[in-house]
Amino acid sequence: MKVIATLEHVVKKPMFGCQMCGQCVLHETGMTCPMNCPKTLRNGPCGGVREDGACEVKPDMRCVWLKAEHRARAWPLPSSWRAHFGHLRAPVDNSLHGTSAWANLFSGRNRELPAGWQTERARPGPEAT
Amino acid sequence: MSRLRSLIEAGDRLVLTGEARTMDAGDLDDFSEKTVEMAEWVDAINATDNPTARAHASNVAIAIAIAQMGAEPVLQVVCRDKNRLACQADVVGAALHGVENVCCLTGDDVTAGDEPQACRVFDLDGPQLVSVVDGLSRGRYLSGRSTGRPLDLLVGAVENPGAPPLEYRAERAALKIGAGARFLQLQICFLPERLEAFVSALDRAGLCQQAAILPTIVLLRGTRGLKFVHDRVPGVIVPPETIARIEAAQDESEAAYALALEQAREALALPGVRGLHLTDFRHDGALSRLCEDLRIPTREERYADAYRSPLAV
Ligand code: SF4
Repeated sequence: MKVIATLEHVVKKPMFGCQMCGQCVLHETGMTCPMNCPKTLRNGPCGGVREDGACEVKPDMRCVWLKAEHRARAWPLPSSWRAHFGHLRAPVDNSLHGTSAWANLFSGRNRELPAGWQTERARPGPEAT
Repeated sequence: MSRLRSLIEAGDRLVLTGEARTMDAGDLDDFSEKTVEMAEWVDAINATDNPTARAHASNVAIAIAIAQMGAEPVLQVVCRDKNRLACQADVVGAALHGVENVCCLTGDDVTAGDEPQACRVFDLDGPQLVSVVDGLSRGRYLSGRSTGRPLDLLVGAVENPGAPPLEYRAERAALKIGAGARFLQLQICFLPERLEAFVSALDRAGLCQQAAILPTIVLLRGTRGLKFVHDRVPGVIVPPETIARIEAAQDESEAAYALALEQAREALALPGVRGLHLTDFRHDGALSRLCEDLRIPTREERYADAYRSPLAV
């Protein structure tokens, strides 16, 4: 397992700044790693984004979610990935930090959610855009 | 069921909420003295959770104090300072004291406050917190364990209509409404065209019927306050023209009041807006004056004749 984790890190760190959360959502977030958001937000940008699109916490960095939102729209990604952009993602499983998301995907471990997490609540109305 | 919830569920009643002043040392009499004016007008008062990342008397303690003075509290819970256990404990603990309204926020970063050295938690994010509190409302902790009985809460959230990416903000609001938010207190917005675009996107999507949309109006004394908001509140900008206009006025304080009144009128005129969220930094009676100028009766009077807003929805 360690080998897979190392391999994953070597590939995904330089490409996506992967933080090895062990439960990859890159495909849902315009291939932009939300764990680079200083608040580690998994469901879109906070209300603090600056007028020029810079991050509230790190004024020298563009808000991760601005990049994600742009890429999810503009990049030629599979439409099912794009559709997932606006879905509610579950809280991070902190016990997976440092493990391989590839291995967790394979074993299904990344889909084990807390029993009280409400997954299938109907989304209201049509998509607001 | 909370009063706020029955008003919101009624569909056509005006909804006013307000932000309690922060408290440090003092006692409950001090607190009621500072809150009594607001309590006369608004349906429910937010007990804030370390606003702008500064420590104050806690959200739960303040929520209980609001309930004890006979007003209705909204417990704010912010993701910045507490992990998922502590957030849930806040909600369940406050509910034990009869606090039935909860407003879920992601929260400003620790760098916005006076203890930037603090650890930032963000174990949950705002939309996840809405979903977790909705779960508590239905009687389950996130772990799946039962709370004993459903807490039966009114869950709400905040969204910033004025921060980039502008076109995405309504979608993010929809995410929170989908997760269980039944009211949205909007971040203060000094750009009316942004507020309008945001509310109309929600309205077109039919979401204003599912959650009460409450734009925030902030009462400030003058340009100092406006500059403070511009410089210190993350994600909020005050256009230089607005500041210049107030600065040029004979009476700054009067001009700042007139600005708030104009914002309130414009906000209430937007189709889909159910009411307002009021923040008072003046403490000079301007809150009462604002409601009177808007021809809104006091809370008791509104309840006595099931007041419907002539402007809203
Ligand atoms: S501005 Fe963007 S990157 Fe920065 S904390 Fe907020 S969501 Fe995260």
